Amino acid sequence: MSFLFVQFLTGLASASSLFLVASGLSLIFGVTRVVNFAHGSFYMLGAFCGYSAVGLLAPVLGDAFGFWVAVPLTAAAVAVLGAALEMTVLRRIYGAPELFQLLATFGILLVLADATLAVWGPEDLLGPRAPGLAGAVQVFGQAVPTYDLFLIGVGPVVLGLLWFCLQRTRWGVQIRAATENRELTAALGINQRRLFTSVFAVGAGLAGLAGALELPRHPASLGMDLGVIVEVFVVTVVGGMGSIPGAFVAALLIGQLQAFGILAFPEITIVLLFLFMAAVLIVRPWGLLGRPEAPAAARILQAEAPLRPLPASGKAAALAIALLLAALPLVAGPYILSVATEIIVFALFAASLHFLTGIGGIVSFGHAAGFGLGAYGAALAVRWLEAGMPAGLAAGVALAAVGTGIFGAFCIRLSGVYLAMLTLAFAQICYAVAFQWYDVTGGDNGLIGIWPPRWASSPETLYWLALLLCGAGAMALRHMVHAPLGLGMRACRDSPLRAEASAIDRRGIRWAAFTLAGMAAGLAGAFYAFFKGSVFPDALGVGVSVDGLVMMLLGGIGTLSGPLVGAAAYKATQVELAAATDFWRALLGLGIVLLVVLFPRGIAGQLQYLWYRWVR
Amino acid sequence: MTTLAVSNLRKSFDGVRAVDGIGFEVAAGELVAIIGPNGAGKSTCFNCVNGQLRPDAGSVRLDGRELVGLPPREAARAGIGRTFQITAAFGSLSVRENVQAALIAGRRRMLSMLPVARRLYIQEADALLDLVGMRALGDATCGALAYGDLKRVELAIALAQDPRMLLMDEPTAGMAPSSRRDLMGLVHGIAKNRSVGVLFTEHDMDIVFGYADRVLVMSRGRLIASGPPDTVRADPAVRETYLGTE
Repeated sequence: MSFLFVQFLTGLASASSLFLVASGLSLIFGVTRVVNFAHGSFYMLGAFCGYSAVGLLAPVLGDAFGFWVAVPLTAAAVAVLGAALEMTVLRRIYGAPELFQLLATFGILLVLADATLAVWGPEDLLGPRAPGLAGAVQVFGQAVPTYDLFLIGVGPVVLGLLWFCLQRTRWGVQIRAATENRELTAALGINQRRLFTSVFAVGAGLAGLAGALELPRHPASLGMDLGVIVEVFVVTVVGGMGSIPGAFVAALLIGQLQAFGILAFPEITIVLLFLFMAAVLIVRPWGLLGRPEAPAAARILQAEAPLRPLPASGKAAALAIALLLAALPLVAGPYILSVATEIIVFALFAASLHFLTGIGGIVSFGHAAGFGLGAYGAALAVRWLEAGMPAGLAAGVALAAVGTGIFGAFCIRLSGVYLAMLTLAFAQICYAVAFQWYDVTGGDNGLIGIWPPRWASSPETLYWLALLLCGAGAMALRHMVHAPLGLGMRACRDSPLRAEASAIDRRGIRWAAFTLAGMAAGLAGAFYAFFKGSVFPDALGVGVSVDGLVMMLLGGIGTLSGPLVGAAAYKATQVELAAATDFWRALLGLGIVLLVVLFPRGIAGQLQYLWYRWVR
Repeated sequence: MTTLAVSNLRKSFDGVRAVDGIGFEVAAGELVAIIGPNGAGKSTCFNCVNGQLRPDAGSVRLDGRELVGLPPREAARAGIGRTFQITAAFGSLSVRENVQAALIAGRRRMLSMLPVARRLYIQEADALLDLVGMRALGDATCGALAYGDLKRVELAIALAQDPRMLLMDEPTAGMAPSSRRDLMGLVHGIAKNRSVGVLFTEHDMDIVFGYADRVLVMSRGRLIASGPPDTVRADPAVRETYLGTE
């Protein structure tokens, strides 16, 4: 009994950190409508900066004073960084489609992650105990860290302060007005620039504060950024985006769920998180205290021209390219062939994401779920059922279909950024299961020895197989775009309201799109497992999802062949870059940010725009 | 013959009674206008009839069949065609594909993956486009159309399910006076020829009194008057709350 109570207190302490980070995210989202991916980076930077600040100040001011001065200073420093980022990057993309906003903030995350690595190194940094709170208190005969009790108090205090600011200050009134109705605030003559920057600074500062306060409990480590952002996404989705009290309630619930879940199912705590979120979303699709938003047409790109079938010349060109690709093994060596095979696999992956996002208007930030489930489905079938390559590929597609089918049933209930966050959460849950369920998936050691049979093992045969299978997959997707299903997807993307009023089954169409895209990604993933001979949790990681998005945007959303071209350009560059520098992620992140800031319509879209301007 | 029968319809938002116990009927081939000041509850009333909102109480019957509780797509199948105040069409599709999409959905074939959608129901789609005078622009991109043309396409989409009832929210808003009359003349003809009931809201009183067979006047969620245009125009209560400003 007393043990359970102590566990309850631990849950409350975790909830405080979660709330601090989530409230900042929610505040920023409410006012700017940007879901800030880099919010977890502020948390991580809070921890690392806090570590250094304590190291600098403690010798000067003494241990106790040093720590308690370092914590607010860190929060202030992170707030300044947040304001700087808002003024240089985010301010330029408020009007951009939400997919671009998410990508840009993810680019910032990549840059900050590599910057942290460069400054503090790869080791975990163990923080100081909190002076004055280092001991433990006896509660029902169990030792509870005093610091946990302190943290439990921080959450409600911050909630109270935020509530006071929002209700009783001019700044708070402006924030509430902006959250309710952005057009109105502009009309009222509120200085939006200053408001947005200040909100961003406060949100970032709260995350930095949470990171610094976490130091006495957990070491500062790389990877905190993505770890916390997924939990915080779940908190904000459960609590309702933009709602501070909602974030508090959800943080309390999820803190407890984790504290007790770890007792019951230590291996798969995160699955509980998923089930809980799913249950909440069934009952309240907009979160516990969130408010429903009318489904809006997806802001993917400006009005496009209708998709037409390829003219005869185009078909001839496509055939010629296919023949040229098929002839590649006659001239290329094993290395080129292996890079080419990888490109082909990712071309199908990018095409499947384009099917979902470009055609269906469903912005997914977790498309790696389909890819990784396909890879694991194949590898698990080989490992545990001694399946051959054909059966393994089928198993991969089947697992991807079941997984994305289930996820899709939840995701399609939402729209816009909510949906994107949910897809990410699902992918991360798959990642965590692959990572934690050691007995079955091998954890981070992965599953190895997933080789193709002897007849298919030469680089040439594997390349041809990739061309055949992935080519068939891409062709099938292409056909479906022109079928009634694809027409329905485009209709639902253009106008949800009109679609519903025209007897179009929007949910059914979106679910089918989600599942089919997942299956195509699953085929790519399953083939990838045989191609690499192994599969690791990274196949389910955010990196894969973002790769897909960048490929798609590079190629342009408006055409069906765009993603294929984008995949080739991106993968080839990535292979070269990764060979040249350790900090290729930061370069990638910087590239993404520049891409979004300079080409808010996407490269192809921007060229199209300039072309029209020039022609007219 | 009664096509649409609404009775005792109620809908509140956060305690505000947007629609407060409304009842009316629309006969086949009849054009009925709902007028009233902004915020009178006209749009809420529309949204309750086609299932976009679920009313708190009341009944909506189409040819005797209860519609309350059905989502918009089922209401559309049951025979409610609808156009929107802010015209909604599928901007990236061609004009013909817009109508084809509605035709395919009405026949429950939208989830099929094998046929090529562009080749389905071409004749039916072109017949509908003919009806609204848009056949010549069948291959144009819908998003690039002029506003008046878009309204016509939307009407063709709404007619694709062969509706018994057309709900038109401000059908002529944003149009030039002459094209307003063209569109309403078109709607009038469709209603009479196909025996479709039409319920529309409108701010332009010339349109209301020129085309409606009957006028319903709403104020603060209630019906304050109804009857033939001339009777309503003469009603003192109506003049006071609504027309008095003229």
